[in-house]
Amino acid sequence: MTYLAKPKLHHPDLPQNRLGYTRRDYEGTVSTLCAGCGHDSISAAIIQAFFELAIPPHRVAKLSGIGCSSKTPTYFLGQSHGFNSVHGRMPSVLTGASLANRELVYLGVSGDGDSASIGLGQFAHAMRRGVNMVYIVENNGVYGLTKGQFSATADRGSKSKRGAVNTDSPIDLVGLALQLGASFVARSFSGDKAQLVPLIKAAVEHRGAAFIDVVSPCVAFNNHPGSTKSYDYVRAHNEAVNRLDFMPRRDEVTADYPPGSVVDVVMHDGSVMHLHKLAADYDPTDRVRAMNYLAERAARGEVVTGLLYVDARAEDLHYHLGTVDAPLNSLGERELCPGAAALREFNAALR
Amino acid sequence: MAAKRIESVNDFVVKFANVNGSGSASANTLFAKSIMRMGVPISPRNIFPSNIQGLPTWYEVRVSEQGWLGRRGGADLMVAMNPQTWDRDVAEIDPGGYLFYDSTKPLPASKFRDDITVIGMPLTAICNDAYSDARERQLFKNIIYVGALAALLGIEPDVIAELIGEQYRGKEKLLQPNVHALHMGYAYARDRLGGPIGLRVARSDAVGDRIFIEGNSAAALGCVYGGATVAAWYPLTPSSSMAEAFARHCRKFRVDPDSGRARYAIVQAEDELAAIGVVIGAGWNGARAFTATSGPGISLMQEFIGLAYFAEIPAVIFDVQRGGPSTGMPTRTQQSDVLACAYASHGDTKHPLLFPEDPKEAFEFAALSFDLAERLQTPVFVLSDLDIGMNERLCEPLEWDDARRYDRGKVMTYEMLESGQDFGRYLDTDGDGIPYRTYPGTHASKGAYFTRGTTRDAYARYSERGPDYLYNMERLMRKFATAANLVPQPIMRPAAQPTRRGVIYFGSTTPAMDEALDMLAKGGMHLDALRLRAYPFPKSVADFIAAHDEVFVVEQNRDAQLKTLLVNDAGVNPATLIPILHYDGTPITARFITDAVAAEVRRLNVRPLHGGRAA
Repeated sequence: MTYLAKPKLHHPDLPQNRLGYTRRDYEGTVSTLCAGCGHDSISAAIIQAFFELAIPPHRVAKLSGIGCSSKTPTYFLGQSHGFNSVHGRMPSVLTGASLANRELVYLGVSGDGDSASIGLGQFAHAMRRGVNMVYIVENNGVYGLTKGQFSATADRGSKSKRGAVNTDSPIDLVGLALQLGASFVARSFSGDKAQLVPLIKAAVEHRGAAFIDVVSPCVAFNNHPGSTKSYDYVRAHNEAVNRLDFMPRRDEVTADYPPGSVVDVVMHDGSVMHLHKLAADYDPTDRVRAMNYLAERAARGEVVTGLLYVDARAEDLHYHLGTVDAPLNSLGERELCPGAAALREFNAALR
Repeated sequence: MAAKRIESVNDFVVKFANVNGSGSASANTLFAKSIMRMGVPISPRNIFPSNIQGLPTWYEVRVSEQGWLGRRGGADLMVAMNPQTWDRDVAEIDPGGYLFYDSTKPLPASKFRDDITVIGMPLTAICNDAYSDARERQLFKNIIYVGALAALLGIEPDVIAELIGEQYRGKEKLLQPNVHALHMGYAYARDRLGGPIGLRVARSDAVGDRIFIEGNSAAALGCVYGGATVAAWYPLTPSSSMAEAFARHCRKFRVDPDSGRARYAIVQAEDELAAIGVVIGAGWNGARAFTATSGPGISLMQEFIGLAYFAEIPAVIFDVQRGGPSTGMPTRTQQSDVLACAYASHGDTKHPLLFPEDPKEAFEFAALSFDLAERLQTPVFVLSDLDIGMNERLCEPLEWDDARRYDRGKVMTYEMLESGQDFGRYLDTDGDGIPYRTYPGTHASKGAYFTRGTTRDAYARYSERGPDYLYNMERLMRKFATAANLVPQPIMRPAAQPTRRGVIYFGSTTPAMDEALDMLAKGGMHLDALRLRAYPFPKSVADFIAAHDEVFVVEQNRDAQLKTLLVNDAGVNPATLIPILHYDGTPITARFITDAVAAEVRRLNVRPLHGGRAA
């Protein structure tokens, strides 16, 4: 049910970004998800992030799999091409799209069923390859569209709305992404826009596989006592390791931060991330320590959020493959076809 | 029970029985190529196990001055180098034929036959005397027997030496010992084995300017010429060598001379689902993309193929068929994925299939498939098989017209959008069933749409309304009708005399069929022949069937899959079609076809008094 067009009423005083786009230009159709769904907050954060980054909407390709989360790309970036692919297979489609044209921004939106259950393999291999993308999992621990079955990220012991208890071990996609070589790994909470928007902005500017796990409570099926993905539970157990301010290269750095609590991370294009460290012992550039920290906190029942790991000098799949700068989809006969003379030589060697 | 010794010039079969991993493959290829260099056509076939080292493997070389390139069956000369398969190898020799073996270890008389000529050469002893290194003893043993066979068959040793020279150009250290081993074998056979036998190679000019190439390599080169820039694959016999050949050809032809960087991207995916996903993502974004796989991979890709069909995304899928079902016979050949590809995925789906007959057509159809996929905005399958893909085959030289331009299909450009042209992603504007598409990123405010596997209206808006769904499904049918006229058309070959009987065949059956038609005609049986080169079938196929009382449909699978497709799609009378089916995993032979056709004709000619088929 994604056909509800939003009325285009542009207030003349709407603030514009550097390119003259208003926030409205980054919106999509009206959401048809349940009122209060965490996913809608994530859509709003995506709109905010792309507006603030002043990325032309049509230079973004948004791809998803199947599920409630995968429906959301119609609710933002209405001038972007979108691709609602098959369940759990968005990563491969995104990989192919990225190979065809390296100049667009690739935003993959998925859910916990889509990425941790049916699509775990594709999730893993896209991370391994370093596909240049922002991969957001809207994680509610439950299958919403099919009405409330546990997903693979549901915590052991958590209760479904009907009272069933999950006995399987949970998959932590953040831990997996770290292990698999993603070069930007973060976790956030749909109810924490102040944390989420800068994370999305930084992920967009990052070159390589950027993964953000966003805990996003399902108001219909997973927001009750006994759930570990409810608003109340996450608010009570959220342990943010840092707060991020993201400064794209073009912005003047004006903020003044108290020394000792801020770490600056310079991205490949010169953008700067200011990390307000909340946990003094946390270093987001040390992958092994990030993994240990995550495991320790998880053992205490804490949901660690923030920028957990970043390798600002990462290389992406195009770099590994050594592809030309021009998008492959822009090459024609002249660049691609060796021609008749080369073929005659080829034949001659086969006699 | 002495049989008359087989005497034949330029028309016989030599079969090598080896152990795989023993280095025999390059020596055997050398043998085959030397005959080709003497101007005599050959058709070699690898018969190999799904294994890396230690299991039996065979290499069969058919020598045919007349140019018959299909498998013949039987063996006139067996080069028995594998004790494991000795008994069956000896049994396979045609009466009056020849057995060449390593006589270092004496074998009891019961291990031989008295109706064949036995030629023993103490290969192991010769190698042990000449070489001290175990690896050299093994490798040079192969070259020594090639030298001996040259003496026995009249192959010019200089031709072989020249081939060795080409193979080891720049590696002089390897060149000399190989030539030495060759001459050692040649001299031994000439002086100690009684010289030439009844099988002989004589110089000819029957090869012409033909080339000798594997179908997978030719298909991969077709992808280079056809403008493919993205390839994604998962290793699977017998398709892997196609993806690897694409990488090889790209390194040669697709490196930007200024930057040294790649004008292509190849991903070895984690499975076939990811491989086809990458292809669909790239195709959606305007790059020409393909995957190479075989039957099991096709099974895994089903869901994605349906998406590409329904969302109308170009994709090219090469299915190098092997023996199924399941793991089946992974290193044997079949044409048993016809239906799995034609109707791949759930719901109502159908896809164009191209059937190349040999490496040359594999090259041509590969290049063409990208034009078709983009013109039709749909997955296009190229169905070759192990027989074409993994054997070197003599075929006409590959050709390319430099004036040829890629057909990128209906793509709405920035200028077209800017001029206000109406863009409906699934809107048929001219009746051919094919809508316009836009590449992502084209225009800031026009032409963006949402691609999905769910139903939608002509403007790509989600819809579950019946009329919207019907519009779409019926348009897809129109598009398929358009496809019938764009795909390679069948080739009709009328019989020398008027006849009421015909035969339909496709793909790797062709060389055996050519020979069978000749054999049948010589025996007084004339058949009009139609070689199908693609599905969907144009009207000429139904016309051909309607013009005959009986049409044999020759194919290499158990269930008469092509016949089913003809009955389903060409609107023909099923009773007219008589299946001729070969599916034991070996390539079909002319002998098999003629025997089977003759048997069917005998059956047809004996008409029952009651209840018989209408004449």
